[in-house]
Amino acid sequence: MTHSTSSGQAAAPTLAPTRPEPEQRGIGSLYAGNARSVVSRGLLATRSTNWIIILSGFFEPVFFLLALGVGLGSIVGSVQTTAGQAVPYAAFIAPGLLAVAAMNGAIYDSTWNVFFKMQYAKLYEGMLATSLGPLDVALGEILLALLRGGVYATGFLIVMQVLGLNLSWTALLAIPAVLLIAFGFASLGMAVTSYMKTFQQMDWINFFLLPMFLFSATFFPVSVYPVPVQVIVEIFPLWHGVELVRGLTTGSLDIAMLGHVAYFVVMIAVGLTFTTRRLRALFLD
Amino acid sequence: MTSSRVEPVETSPTRSLAAKPRRWGSWYVAEHRLRGMRSYYKTLIATTVFTPFIYLFALGLGLGSLVNRGSAGAFDGVNYLTFVAPALIASAACTAAVEECTYPVLMGFKWNPIFFGMNAAPITGNQITNGVFIAVIGRILPTTAVYYLAMLLFGATPSPWSALEIVIATTTGMAFGLVVASYMAGVETDTGQPAIIQRFIVVPLFLFSGTFFPLTQMPIYLQWIGWLSPLWHGSQLGRLATYGLLEPGWLVAVHVLFLLGLCVFGWLRTQHVVTKRLNK
Amino acid sequence: MPFVTVETMPTPVISAPVIVASGLTKKYKGLAAVDGISFEVAPGESFGLLGPNGAGKSTTMRMVGAVSTRTSGTLSILGLDPNRHGPEVRAQLGVVPQQDNLDMELRVRDNLIVYGRYFGISNRAAGKKADELLEFAQLSDRAKSKVDDLSGGMKRRLTIARSLMNDPRVLLLDEPTTGLDPQARHILWDRLFRLKEQGTTLVLTTHYMDEAEQLCDRLIVVDKGTIMAEGSPAALIREYSTREVVELRFGSDRNAEVALQLAGLGERIEVLPDRVLIYADDGDAILAHVAAAGLEPVTSLVRRSSLEDVFLRLTGRSLIE
Repeated sequence: MTHSTSSGQAAAPTLAPTRPEPEQRGIGSLYAGNARSVVSRGLLATRSTNWIIILSGFFEPVFFLLALGVGLGSIVGSVQTTAGQAVPYAAFIAPGLLAVAAMNGAIYDSTWNVFFKMQYAKLYEGMLATSLGPLDVALGEILLALLRGGVYATGFLIVMQVLGLNLSWTALLAIPAVLLIAFGFASLGMAVTSYMKTFQQMDWINFFLLPMFLFSATFFPVSVYPVPVQVIVEIFPLWHGVELVRGLTTGSLDIAMLGHVAYFVVMIAVGLTFTTRRLRALFLD
Repeated sequence: MTSSRVEPVETSPTRSLAAKPRRWGSWYVAEHRLRGMRSYYKTLIATTVFTPFIYLFALGLGLGSLVNRGSAGAFDGVNYLTFVAPALIASAACTAAVEECTYPVLMGFKWNPIFFGMNAAPITGNQITNGVFIAVIGRILPTTAVYYLAMLLFGATPSPWSALEIVIATTTGMAFGLVVASYMAGVETDTGQPAIIQRFIVVPLFLFSGTFFPLTQMPIYLQWIGWLSPLWHGSQLGRLATYGLLEPGWLVAVHVLFLLGLCVFGWLRTQHVVTKRLNK
Repeated sequence: MPFVTVETMPTPVISAPVIVASGLTKKYKGLAAVDGISFEVAPGESFGLLGPNGAGKSTTMRMVGAVSTRTSGTLSILGLDPNRHGPEVRAQLGVVPQQDNLDMELRVRDNLIVYGRYFGISNRAAGKKADELLEFAQLSDRAKSKVDDLSGGMKRRLTIARSLMNDPRVLLLDEPTTGLDPQARHILWDRLFRLKEQGTTLVLTTHYMDEAEQLCDRLIVVDKGTIMAEGSPAALIREYSTREVVELRFGSDRNAEVALQLAGLGERIEVLPDRVLIYADDGDAILAHVAAAGLEPVTSLVRRSSLEDVFLRLTGRSLIE
């Protein structure tokens, strides 16, 4: 056995405590409390991405708002919200588009982006070889998605304000609401993505998003459907998001909104649990 | 030009060496592309079949129930579903065409440079272009056919000429796709062009090409978007076919010529760009 | 073998092993990728796992790297059980995976800094360390480059620099030079040698004999998840092979047939599809015998025994298949 000992070895860092500890399957081995390093990595990486693509996330809902809200609005006139309030068509769809934008941004960041990093860039493999745990990685990526979603939401709210589509001061609360919605979609999206193995499987995500986008009271109230269809729509998360944001921007607050919030809290918990579990199984088992 | 004189000098055995590829090369390439689509055929079929129903149901009926209330006559005197369907089918064709004309073209040169491999086999740049486009037609034609069937089921096609819609929508998709392909064929580094095309060209054109309301409903200073958009020309032709939209003869001619013109331009330009790039 | 049991607390004395594995096993769906292997690595030692693809080397490395949970057996890394103290163990390790997983979205220097941040190192300290390591990896002039623009050898050096950001006590290298051209390999070996001189404990897997001979103080030969032999390269060659080897080629279809006539020459004869190997202490003497017997090989070569021969002896198979 060779001991090529140099002076560096003498100053070796002290050993970490080695007392035998009880089986620690809990949060300790999953979370190092350093999710911010994952966030700052993401911010640094955006430097190399195409800014036009990032900007496009802001413009898409604006285009929809102008085309449908303004173009179609003059024909449609006013629409009744769930709360029974009659609002101009543009003011009706704007909160819907805001919720959709939150969903799309969060989904994109937590599905395709994560899938690529996981399968091709092997980014998480590198991260998990350090003292980071899977929960650090999951939280960091989700926070990043929220940051982006928050910027888009604020921008869109400003557009709404300019067009006079915020009917109450409570519209300000739409920002935290949008973050909650984005958090929900991001954690669930990431959980689902972590189970995906091929691009083809990823395509199914879009396949489920489209009907949700079109049917969740985004462009017209669910009351146009027969009751069974309404019930199905109300099972899906986007409807809860749209209703929550619409209540806030139109200023008709309702106790049911707490239900929508609860829906997303549960979604976040479920998503995070599965994501962490799966990342652990994938990279640490 | 003396190059054409070289041809007859070749003896027939030389020619026969590549007789099959010369004759069928385009179809080999098309077959290759269509085989490639097999890897995601499940989502392809699911999307092709369900998207029309989802869109027609949501926008034609759902949104329509709002629109029809206040607007007798605003939509050429037909109900909203009938008005919006020809634009939706054309836009579905455009979306599929853009999908097939962005990444697959970029990929053939960059990530999985199969075009160079084909060209190393006795297949020419023009044949590669043709093959890719044949495959694009092979993707769009079923898409529009299924869409048309969905329109029939929804009762959105009062005119007996409505089956022409399949050809019209396919041509619209090709007009869009071929021009996009002619651009993509020249792209050297991928900086997200497909996403930019999707978000800054496809989506705005989808929204501002007289899809959801007549072009004349928009302010005059925005109407030029429609005139430049293959989607508007295709939608108007589709409306002519499905419910007999009243359109002056010269305008119908403009619609047809514009779409065909884009197809020819896109096809020839792609051939040119592809050949030049392969032989660089 | 007198292995220390894992639950014993290693005292921080220089000679206490940094890695102790005993009966280490990893099963995937009932199939054992690693089947009860035991070894120890001393601080400052350069320890190799040698074996063909699929022998279980990478799985062993992943368990040592605290990113794979063992199925059974005991494992202690720096006195800690990686199953329980994953982050603490990983905080003291440097990992160079088989395939570079550099961050393609970040520039060269940022790759190092961001990686340092994962260990909770402050921005300033990470920046300083990054500059030192860029120097070490001979990449200072490429600090602002995109990772994509680096050559394979440079990427590999960057990965090694990255693995040193946290001043690891043990550096794990999985096939460090696979896929590199000879020149890039030599540069890399030189850098690893310097680390070894500085007292860094190296654990590396390889299926290259020359690499194992160059870098390892001691190694285990692994095949099908078990340890076939253990020792220093020289000792292994002494024990399992002869001083020299004669390689004869008679043409693919004649090798086996001629080998029968060679029987009795040297200590041992191995017939491979493309050549016949005769193990002996004096290769030239064997060649003379062959010539005297009137056998005319297409080519002949006398060389020194290598770990390749050890492997062939131990498993009956060639290492690189």
